[in-house]
Amino acid sequence: MPWFIQTKSERDARKKASDEMWIKCSKCNAHVFKQDFINNLNVCPKCGWHGRITASERIGLIIDIGTFKELNETISPADPLSFVDGKGPYPAQVEAARKKTALNESVVTGAGKINGIQVAIAVMDFRFLGGSLGSGTGEKILAAANYAYEHKIPYIIFSASGGARMHEGVLSLMQMAKTCAGISRLNEKKIPFISVLTDPTTGGVSASYAMVGDVNIAEPGALVGFAGRRVIESTIKQKLPDTFQTSEFVLEHGFIDMVTPRKELKETLYRILSFYNR
Amino acid sequence: MEQLDFEKPIAEMEKAVEKLKHVSTDAKGDLSAQLHELELKLLERKKEVYQNLTSWQTVQVARHPKRPILSDYIQFIFKDFTELHGDRCFGDDQALIGGFAMLGKEKVMVIGHNKGKNVEENIKRNFGMPRPEGYRKALRLMKLAEKYNVPIVTLVDTSGAFPGLDGEERGQAEAIARNLTEMAAIEVPILTVITGEGGSGGALGIAVADAVLMLEHSIYSVISPEGCAGILWRDASFASTAAEALKITAKSLLDLGVIDEIIPEPIGGAHTDPAQTAENVKEAILKNIKKFAALSSTKLTNKRFEKFSAMGKFNK
Repeated sequence: MPWFIQTKSERDARKKASDEMWIKCSKCNAHVFKQDFINNLNVCPKCGWHGRITASERIGLIIDIGTFKELNETISPADPLSFVDGKGPYPAQVEAARKKTALNESVVTGAGKINGIQVAIAVMDFRFLGGSLGSGTGEKILAAANYAYEHKIPYIIFSASGGARMHEGVLSLMQMAKTCAGISRLNEKKIPFISVLTDPTTGGVSASYAMVGDVNIAEPGALVGFAGRRVIESTIKQKLPDTFQTSEFVLEHGFIDMVTPRKELKETLYRILSFYNR
Repeated sequence: MEQLDFEKPIAEMEKAVEKLKHVSTDAKGDLSAQLHELELKLLERKKEVYQNLTSWQTVQVARHPKRPILSDYIQFIFKDFTELHGDRCFGDDQALIGGFAMLGKEKVMVIGHNKGKNVEENIKRNFGMPRPEGYRKALRLMKLAEKYNVPIVTLVDTSGAFPGLDGEERGQAEAIARNLTEMAAIEVPILTVITGEGGSGGALGIAVADAVLMLEHSIYSVISPEGCAGILWRDASFASTAAEALKITAKSLLDLGVIDEIIPEPIGGAHTDPAQTAENVKEAILKNIKKFAALSSTKLTNKRFEKFSAMGKFNK
C-alpha cells in the first residue's frame, strides 16, 4: 500500500489524537491548541470567549491554596415528588449527574481565603443537572450564608444555573425565597455579599440571590436573564439580537457593577473586599 | 357560562332540573318530590366531580374565565380600597396593583395580581402578568404598610411575570429577587392567598409570607405544566402528565409543607359563587391576622426566616 493512503482505523486514530489536542472555540470557531485553552483558564486565546469551568476549578482559581474548607458536602437531592419525566425517574438522573461530576449537588460550598481575607463561598456547577436550584442546593447556599452570618465574614456566590429544578416542583421555587432570606440577614448585619454571574445565570437563580449582590460581577459574554429567549421571542414575535441577555447587556441596563475577565477575577474580588471597613 | 369538559354532565343535569321546575309550575301534578330528588343528585354529583379533580382539571378550574379575580375580592371584602399608584422609578403597572383597605375591622395593605374579566381589561392589565415596575410598586407599598404598621395581604393570581424584552431591560429578575430579599425582613405580618394561578417567580415575588393560604382549586407551580412538558418531555402535549408530576394542587402543597392552609371553595368551584368564595377568603385571612398581630417584629421576622429555612427536602 502506498505510504499516503490511510486505512480507516489509522484515520480514526489520527482524528482522535487531533481531537484530543485541538478544540474548536464555540464563539469564533478558531481551532485552538487544547492545552493553550486550558492554560488560559478555559478562555479562548483568540477571541476571549469564556468557556464554563467546574466548581473545583473555580475554587482553585479564586481561593488561596490550602485554605478551602468544604461545608455540607454530603447533602444530596431527595425525590420528594417521586418525579418521572420523559427521560425517566429523577433519582436515576441524579445518579448519572453524580457519576459524571463526582458531586452530590449542583453547588459546592465552604470557607477559604482570598489573598488572606476569610470568606464564605458557594460555587455552582453547571454540569450537575444544569446547575439547577433544588432543595439541596438551596440548603447549602443558605447554610453558607448562615456561616458568613455567624462568623461575620463576606459571602460570595458564583452562579452557573439555568434556574429552579423542575423535578422538585414548588419546593425548588421555595429555594429562591429561602436563599434570599439568608442574604437578607447578611444585609441586616451589614455583611458584604458579592454575586458573581457566570454562564449561564437565568430563571429562578437570576430572580433570587444572583441579582441582589451588594456588588454584582459578571464574566464576559455570560448569558444573564430572567425568561428564556425562545419564550420571549414567541411572546413578542420578534427575533432578538445576539447581544440580548448577555453580561454586557445587563451592565448597560444597570444591573451589574462590572464585567470582569476570569483572569482578573480574584484580584477584583480582593480589591472590593479590601474596602470593607468593619 | 363557559363550561369545562368535565363540567358537562353537571350542566346537563342542571338543565334537567330547570326543565322539571318549569314543568312543575306549569303542570297541576305534583313533581316537587321528583325535583327535590334530582336536585340532591345534582349536588352529590357536583361534590363527587369537584372532590376528585385531576391536577389538569384543577389547572382548568384555576384558569376558569369566570373565576373571581382581584376586582371581585375588592368589591366583596376589601372596603374603602384606596389604590396607590406607581413604582416611583418607571411607571404604574396595571397587572399588579395595591392600596389600603378595610378587611372587616382590620386596616390592611392589599396587593394583588390584576387579571381582567374581558379582552379589553386583560390587554390593559397585561393578563395579570407584571413587569418589573409592578414588583417595585408592590415592594414600595409593603414598606409603606410597615411604616403604617398595618398587615399586608397579597392575593396571587398570575400565570407568571411577563416574559418580554422591556421587562428584561428593566430587570425583571432583579425586581423579583429584591422583593424576595426585602420581604424576609418586613416587620408587619404578611399573609398570602393564592386565589387562582400561582405562576412561579411571578407569584413568589409577592408571596414570601408568614402564612400562605390556597383556595381549594387554585394551583402553585415552579413552571407552567405546558412549559415543563416542553422542556422535560420535549412535547407540550404532555402538559397534563407534567401537571400531575409537578404536584401543584393545594392538597399536595399542604402535604409538602409549602402552604399552611386550604380555603374551601363553594361546591362546583369558586366561579359558581364568587361572593361566598370571597367570604371564605376573608374569614381565613382575619383568623391568620390575629395569629401574627400579637408577635413582636423580631419574633415575626425570625419566625418567617425559620419557616422558609425549613422549606425543601434533601438527603443529609
